[in-house]
Amino acid sequence: MDTLVLLLITGLGLGALYFLVASGLSLIYGLMGVLNFAHGAFLTIAAFLGWEAGRRISDGTWTGLAISALVGILVGATVAVLTEVLIIRRLYERHIEQALVTVGISLAAVALFEGIWGTDPIYTDRPAWLTQTTEILGARIPNDRFLLIACAVLVLGGIVLFLRRTRYGLIIRAGVENRHMVTALGIDVRRSFTLVFAIGGAAAGLGGVLASVYYGYVSAHLGSVLLIFAFIVTVIGGLGSLTGAAIASVLVAVLQQFANFYLGGTGDLVVVVLLAAVLLIRPRGLMGKAA
Amino acid sequence: MSGPVADEPILSVRNLYGRIAGQQVVEDVSFDVPATGVTALLGRNGVGKTSTIKSILGLIDRSGEVRLAGERIDRAPTHRIVQRGVAYVPEDREVFGSLTVAENLRLAERDRSPRRELVASLFPDLEARREQRAGTLSGGQQQMVSLARALVNENRLLLVDEPTKGLAPRIVDEVADALAEAARTAPILLVEQNLLVVRRLAERVVVLSSGRVVFTGSAEELLDDHDRVQRFLGVHDEREAA
Repeated sequence: MDTLVLLLITGLGLGALYFLVASGLSLIYGLMGVLNFAHGAFLTIAAFLGWEAGRRISDGTWTGLAISALVGILVGATVAVLTEVLIIRRLYERHIEQALVTVGISLAAVALFEGIWGTDPIYTDRPAWLTQTTEILGARIPNDRFLLIACAVLVLGGIVLFLRRTRYGLIIRAGVENRHMVTALGIDVRRSFTLVFAIGGAAAGLGGVLASVYYGYVSAHLGSVLLIFAFIVTVIGGLGSLTGAAIASVLVAVLQQFANFYLGGTGDLVVVVLLAAVLLIRPRGLMGKAA
Repeated sequence: MSGPVADEPILSVRNLYGRIAGQQVVEDVSFDVPATGVTALLGRNGVGKTSTIKSILGLIDRSGEVRLAGERIDRAPTHRIVQRGVAYVPEDREVFGSLTVAENLRLAERDRSPRRELVASLFPDLEARREQRAGTLSGGQQQMVSLARALVNENRLLLVDEPTKGLAPRIVDEVADALAEAARTAPILLVEQNLLVVRRLAERVVVLSSGRVVFTGSAEELLDDHDRVQRFLGVHDEREAA
């Protein structure tokens, strides 16, 4: 029983991390049709700069972590907006060019980060509570998982409220369905594109800082590793569906944890098999709209 | 919002070309839409009527000159053209199926004082379905939503593309009633296959063939000439096309 609880809650924690990256990817694809391979770079730069800010002010404390998170969110949003305005905006409807450019950005970013911070992981200090465990039903759960889950729930709630309660949210929901018709109602949908990049970048930035808490280090490859699973989550959840991304994040991460424990460390393989099965049986994903 | 001077067309199209994926779908089209009443854009299936409307709005690649009340709009992006008072009711309605009726209408509101009372009086059925998702409505009700989105603002011109397509005869009458009411508030360029609706609503017609204009004149003149109707539209009489 305690093992099941442990795997379930640590899976939820990992799923929370996947969701923070996948939510932006899913919204960006849903509204603009852009498969943004540069999304991992937003996460990594936010993790590095967040860590740099936090450790300079108050290393290994809650204050330092809060500053890291704030800086990470701002950096993620800013870099995402700059990417959209300076590069992606010129390439809307040109999917091959978008893929090539964003893949190029992600590769160049890794090289740049390695040049600045080195190729080895840099281990980070965390508030003491996050390095401890809490017992639930006999399972000793690492406390950092609770932080990840709480942050993901807050981000999900915040995005849902934004989408449901604001005019821009209404425009984004309509744009995900039919952006040409939104334009034909007299709305400059490009402003929403920038806003969605900012939201996605902010979530990825927070994800970057929390990933450094989860893994205990920052590295130039942090974003690349998480991006692969975030893409898998986005496809399984249904491209463009925030709810689908949330459900698939939990599903993939929990499955990964169980497979790693019970099937000899085959978590990644099981996730890829799940992806293949979803693509074969239900290509639009769990919650994606029909083609 | 300044209106056109007397006798000046609300819309003037000159040498309009339109392309979809590099293929020419509108070729050297020129016509005017008067500042009052309904002008029908007619032609057989696939001659480029919808593409002409989309070219005017900038929804597809286009070149040529398009003027709205004398001002050029052919270089403006779609949302700016609509903001200048050109409302669009697309073929196949294109309502946002995951949004409620109320959200579809709220999204369309551009004016500070949207004409909610007018919409409510024209489409009372929608009032009762405000919280229903538009994707769950019938085809006729979706058409009402599509028309309501256009009419909720004060417009200088309505571009209405096949509003009665695929609708039951009773609903066709309701849509025609709504369009007749809408025509009191703004001129309409109407793409329509149902010639009974055209006869009821339109004063003028522009006929396209192979992407070009082959006839402009009064609706009555065309519809009373069975040879022309057969030649231009491929039908023998109005009931056949209804």
